[in-house]
Amino acid sequence: MPLRHYKRWAVALLLLVALAGIIVDAASREAYEWSAFRKYLLDGRVIKASLVTLELTLLSMFFAIILGVALGVMRRTENPIFKNFAWLFIWIFRGTPVYVQLVFWGLFSTIYKEVFIGIPWIHFGDFSLGFHLTLSQTASLFWIAVLGLTLNEAAYMAEIVRGGLLAVDSGQEEAAKSIGMSSLQTMRYIVIPQAMRVIIPPTGNEVISMLKTTSLVTAVPLVTDLYARTRDISNETYNPIPLLLVACTWYLFYTTILMAAQYFLEKRFGRGFNRNAVISA
Amino acid sequence: MVDAQAINKSYGSHKVLKDVSLTVKPGEVACIIGPSGSGKSTFLRCINHLEKIDAGRIFVDGQIIGYREAHGKLYELRESEADIQRRDIGMVFQRFNLFPHMTALDNVIAGLIHVQKVDKKKAEVEGLALLERVGLGNKSTHFPSQLSGGQQQRVAIARALAMKPKLMLFDEPTSALDPELVGDVLQVMKDLAATGMTMIVVTHEMGFAREVADSVFFMDEGVVVESGTPDQVLGNPQEARTREFLSKVL
Ligand SMILES: Nc1ncnc2c1ncn2[C@@H]1O[C@H](COP(=O)(O)OP(=O)(O)OP(=O)(O)O)[C@@H](O)[C@H]1O
Ligand SMILES: [Mg+2]
Repeated sequence: MPLRHYKRWAVALLLLVALAGIIVDAASREAYEWSAFRKYLLDGRVIKASLVTLELTLLSMFFAIILGVALGVMRRTENPIFKNFAWLFIWIFRGTPVYVQLVFWGLFSTIYKEVFIGIPWIHFGDFSLGFHLTLSQTASLFWIAVLGLTLNEAAYMAEIVRGGLLAVDSGQEEAAKSIGMSSLQTMRYIVIPQAMRVIIPPTGNEVISMLKTTSLVTAVPLVTDLYARTRDISNETYNPIPLLLVACTWYLFYTTILMAAQYFLEKRFGRGFNRNAVISA
Repeated sequence: MVDAQAINKSYGSHKVLKDVSLTVKPGEVACIIGPSGSGKSTFLRCINHLEKIDAGRIFVDGQIIGYREAHGKLYELRESEADIQRRDIGMVFQRFNLFPHMTALDNVIAGLIHVQKVDKKKAEVEGLALLERVGLGNKSTHFPSQLSGGQQQRVAIARALAMKPKLMLFDEPTSALDPELVGDVLQVMKDLAATGMTMIVVTHEMGFAREVADSVFFMDEGVVVESGTPDQVLGNPQEARTREFLSKVL
C-alpha cells in the first residue's frame, strides 16, 4: 500500500479552487478591460518599448559584470590603493538608492555640459592632449540610464564575484602555480571557472532584478522603456489597468526567457561537481 | 640537483624553518619525515617558491630559486620569472588539488596547453600516455569527483609529470588515502624513482622510505635533527628525538 498524502492533496485542491475563482472573477470584471489588454499587448509602441527595456537590462548587466569582476578581483589583491578604491566604490553605490543615483546622473549631464578627457594644461596651439565630449549631445538619456544602472549594479556584482573567488580552495591556486601558470592564467583557467558555479545563480537573480529596476529610469528622465511607455499610452486613453497588465505580461515574458538561460548556464558550469553526472566516452 | 643552504623562514614571529640544509643528487630520492607542524610542507613550498624564504639559498639544477645573480649580487625575480622557474619542478599535494571542473585528461594537459602552448591534439596524445603510465588510461573522461582518492592522486602525479619536470616534490601524497589505496600510489612513485627522477618526498610511509629513499631527513620544530641513509636514520638513529618519533610511527 503506497503512502497517501491526503493533507497535501486537500491543501492543493483548496489553492486550485481559489485560483480558479480569482481568474473567473477577473475575466468578467469591467475594470480590467480585457479587450484593451488584447489590443495593446502586441501594439508596435509597446513591443518597441519592451525591447528598450531588454536592451537597458542586457547592456547594464554586461558592463556591470565586467566592472564587478574588476572590482571583485581588486578587493582581493594586496595593493592597498586598489583594495580601498574598490571598497569606496562599493560603499557609495550600494549605500545609496538606485532611484536617487539615476536622478543624480540625469542632473550630471546638465551640470557638466562638456567634459574634457585628457591632460588639460598641455596644449600646442590648437592641438591638445585629449578630446572634448559634449554630454548634452552625445550622451543620450538612454546611455545615461545605462551608466546609472551599471554603476549601481557593479557594486552588487563586485560582492558576488568576491564571494565566488573566496569559495575556491586556495590549493587550486597552488596547484596551478606548480604547473607554471601565471597569476593571470590561474585566474582565467582555474579560479574563475570554478567561481562561476557560485557566481552564476546570484547573477541570474541580479539580471532578473535589473529587468525590473529599469522601470526606474524615468528618474533620468528616460521615457522610452516599457513601464514609462505603457503609462504614457494609458494617460492618453485613461485606462491604466489593462496597460499595467500589458507591461506585467512583457516583464514576465522576458523573465521566463532569462530564467531558462540561467538554468542552462548553471548546468554548464556545474560540470565536474555532480558525482552522478553521466560520463560520455 | 637540489642544494638548500641554511633556509630560514618565519610566519610573523613564529620561526618555522631554522637553518635547514639539504642536498639531493640527480636521480636520487630524499624522504623527509617528522612530526606534524615541524615545517616539512613549508620547506617543500619554499623549494617551489610558493613561499618566500627569509634567509639562505636554494639551488635547483644550478639555478637559484626566486633570485637571479648578476655582478655578484642577488636580484629578486619578478613573479612572471618565478612562474617560469616553477615549470621545471613538479609538485604533488596531500589533498590532490585536482581541478574539479576538468576531466582527468584535461587536468593532465592543462599545463601543456596553457603554459607550454602545445597543440591540443598533440597534448592529448601525451596526456593519454601519461594516464596509461599511472594505470588510468580508461578514466580519461572522468571528472575528479568520479574518481577514488588513490586514482585522483595518480592523476595529480600525471599532471605534474606532463610538464617534464627535473624534480618532483611530494607532500604526504598518501596520507589522505584509505589504507587499501595507498599501495597503488606508492607503486607509481616507485616506478618513477626507477626511471631516475629526482624526488623529495615528505611521507609517513617508513616502508617506502626504507625501500626507495637514498637519503632520509628527520625534521623537528623547524630543524633537520638527523640525516643519512635510510639504514642509518631509520635503522640506527643517533638522536633521542628521532628514536622517540620512530617509536611512535613504526
Ligand atoms: N601560512 C601560514 N601562516 C602562519 N603559520 C603557518 C602557515 N603555514 C604554516 N604555518 C605554521 O608553520 C608550522 C609548520 O607548518 P608545516 O605545514 O610546514 O608543518 P608540517 O611539518 O608539514 O606538518 P604536517 O605533518 O601536519 O603537514 C606550523 O606550526 C604551522 O602552524
Ligand atoms: Mg604538511
